[in-house]
Amino acid sequence: MIGIVGYGAYVPRYRIKVHEIAKVWGDDGERFSQGLGVHEKSVPSLDEDTATISVEAARNAMRHASMVDPADIGALYVGSESHPYAVKPTATIVAAAIGATPDMTAADLEFACKAGTAGIQICMGLVGSGMIRYGMAIGADTSQGKPGDALEYTASAGGAAYIVGRENLVAEILHTCSYTTDTPDFWRREGQDFPQHGFRFTGEPAYFKHVTSATKKILETSGMKPSDFKYVIFHQPNGKFPREAAKTLGFTKEQLDLGLLTPIIGNTYSGASPLGLSRVLDEAVEDDLILVTSYGSGAGSDSFIIKVTKENEKRRTPNPTKRYIDDKVYVDYAIYSKMKGKIKEVRLEK
Amino acid sequence: MSEGIALHWRLIPERYNLIGSACKTCGTKFFPSRDLCPDCRRKGRIESYTFSGEGEVFAFTVVHAPPPGLEYMKPYIAAIIRLAEGPLITAQIVDCKPEEVKVGGKVRMVFRKIVAEGPEGIIKYGYKFRLVK
Amino acid sequence: MSKAVGIIGVGITKFGEFWEKNYRDLITEAGLKAMKDAGIEGKDVDELYVGSMTPGMFINQEHVAALVADYAGLTGIPATRVEAACASGGLALRQAYLNIRSGLSDIVVVGGVEKMTDVSVSTATVALAGAADEEWEVFHGATFPALYALMAQRHMIEYGTKEEHMAMVAVKNHKNGALNPNAQYQFEITIDKVMKSAPIAPPIKLLDCSPISDGAAVLVLASQEKIKELRKDNAVWILGSGQASDTLALHDRKSLCKTESAVKASRTAYSMAGVTPEDIDFAEVHDCFTIAEIMAIEALGFCNLGEGGKMTESGETELDGRKPVNTSGGLKSKGHPVGATGIAQAIEATLQLRGQADRRQVADAKIGLTHNVGGSGATCAVHVYGRELK
Repeated sequence: MIGIVGYGAYVPRYRIKVHEIAKVWGDDGERFSQGLGVHEKSVPSLDEDTATISVEAARNAMRHASMVDPADIGALYVGSESHPYAVKPTATIVAAAIGATPDMTAADLEFACKAGTAGIQICMGLVGSGMIRYGMAIGADTSQGKPGDALEYTASAGGAAYIVGRENLVAEILHTCSYTTDTPDFWRREGQDFPQHGFRFTGEPAYFKHVTSATKKILETSGMKPSDFKYVIFHQPNGKFPREAAKTLGFTKEQLDLGLLTPIIGNTYSGASPLGLSRVLDEAVEDDLILVTSYGSGAGSDSFIIKVTKENEKRRTPNPTKRYIDDKVYVDYAIYSKMKGKIKEVRLEK
Repeated sequence: MSEGIALHWRLIPERYNLIGSACKTCGTKFFPSRDLCPDCRRKGRIESYTFSGEGEVFAFTVVHAPPPGLEYMKPYIAAIIRLAEGPLITAQIVDCKPEEVKVGGKVRMVFRKIVAEGPEGIIKYGYKFRLVK
Repeated sequence: MSKAVGIIGVGITKFGEFWEKNYRDLITEAGLKAMKDAGIEGKDVDELYVGSMTPGMFINQEHVAALVADYAGLTGIPATRVEAACASGGLALRQAYLNIRSGLSDIVVVGGVEKMTDVSVSTATVALAGAADEEWEVFHGATFPALYALMAQRHMIEYGTKEEHMAMVAVKNHKNGALNPNAQYQFEITIDKVMKSAPIAPPIKLLDCSPISDGAAVLVLASQEKIKELRKDNAVWILGSGQASDTLALHDRKSLCKTESAVKASRTAYSMAGVTPEDIDFAEVHDCFTIAEIMAIEALGFCNLGEGGKMTESGETELDGRKPVNTSGGLKSKGHPVGATGIAQAIEATLQLRGQADRRQVADAKIGLTHNVGGSGATCAVHVYGRELK
């Protein structure tokens, strides 16, 4: 059986409130906050980026799975839409930082918010075929929203790493499937600072279609029904979409709550589903069933049915997701702009 | 802008992973790595040694006049950290206010950007430290 | 001792920010003054030493010893550049001294020069940071003031030194500098002004720091035989010369508050000169930052370790005190054109011992000392001078 050997999360310390952003643009903060179901989001420090977030998450995963020799990690993928370099992989920086080099394969992935879960599937294939013993997949982002655009309220920073293998599993991945189409709901052209989106087009034909299709497919294949699951995690661009998806598919608020982090840390894009899952795994106990359906614009959804093992309670991570969520310092819009590089010249560079 | 890329690359084991060396003969640990133990000299048997990243603050100050590249980090905390295994190293302490730092306070290594070599150059990552609560 | 070495000529430019003078102008000006003071001709000079920290970074020029010899009209003689960051001058002096003492030369000219204001303050700071450990200190954001701030913090923790003690050093040195016509800053300051000056790297504030300066200083050294032959009656003898090294990075030192290299260099110099710290009548020490002077007087044995602040507070190091320190105004007020400093210190010692220190004259000065440090203490050169040979 293939599954999760270890995992690690990381969310930067700084936060900005939706109300603080709204103040700048003359929006009604309360209305936006209620409408989006988001109160505040995480902000990366000037010296943090997708590589540093991925390394912290990866190191946490290695601490969690301390029996794994980094040299036995045969593949490492970092999925993000904010890789520090356009050409030069983030994956090798992370691999070097956890001592996994040189006997391994690596690559960076991009598939909007689902690049992280795509990496998990790739690792499952490599482990399943016997090509590697352990694989690591990371979803991390320091996502950007155009100033004044709706996305600015939710685009945040964070990530989680997963070690996939056959031994010492804290959770088994029983099934996975995907639903993929060419749907231009959200994109960013090369060289552009900020992404574009199709407004209401990002809803029904994009997010909902793919999330519901993938979820329905996996339920059908596995012969399971929504009530079988203790937890469900959907991709969470805001606090509302996942609740609607849950309702449509027959999942309850109680199943969704634990893994819904966007209201308090914003949408960490490629980190969103991975972080929702890490939060759930931090609490889940033996035999709990978890359904995860990610979503990446462009578009596609990856679904997973996960069963928690006895090992998970015995081997709780020393750095739970909640620790990062709760450790926070608020900044105002001025400091936020400085940290996010929205002021063009402000970079940590010569 | 390809200046200094080989120099940084050579130091990746130290800068990313705190890999130094230790003299097996006298037990002294070195960071950064040294090929020669100053005490044992040619009698010293040197081996690679990876530090845990745990440490405590030995001395610290706040830099108000940063060097090129670090202007937007000001004011930042520059410190000398006593690694748990013995050696002292110089590094920044991040994610806290200067008032929260105390000499003797516990810290742990984190992985951060140090500086990028201009908008076209490579990004140099390395160790910084964060207070342990 | 038939191989004794004496100083027979001194020449120094004003220190400051000189838009109209370049590197060559400065060293030639100081050199001509020194030659005239020594009463010798160019053909009498056997060798030349130049102390300069980084003309490469300040004016894109290396190979400066040849350049200086060229512009001094001394082309042909051996010309050597010596570098040890801020101790370049002190080390150049020692090399010149050793040359004569070995019996190789009779007359050696040694100069120190730095032209720092042709580049931006930012570039100058990067250049100066080369005195520290580039890969393990500077890369991580430790600036020069930051390194001295770390030393100051430990000194405060381990010995109870106060920021006010540091301010007293700046006030004293400005008071002396106000009496020095060649000083960059010739005005007094108050403790209050220092304490309120902008933080650079706490506890180091703006007025705890020596400035960026242009300037040059030159000495003419001669052997005892030559001095007898030339009938020089006001030669100042170099009685002792000591030099020591320590780890480059501050974090590799045995102690952050004790300048081991200064302790070692001074002991060597004292031993050679046959004197003790008590015999020293005045000293020029390396106050690149005010805390450095406090640490210097401890390392030199003028007081116990940790008591430098108290000694400063007591007024003993004032011009009219028991042990005047930095009568020239020190690096703080006189200025710090890096390579020139070590030589400029020796010039102040010479003037004091000749009785030519004007309004800064220390009464009854018989034995003087100079203390020149490189970086955060990785190099130190200490020299002891006297009017009489033992």
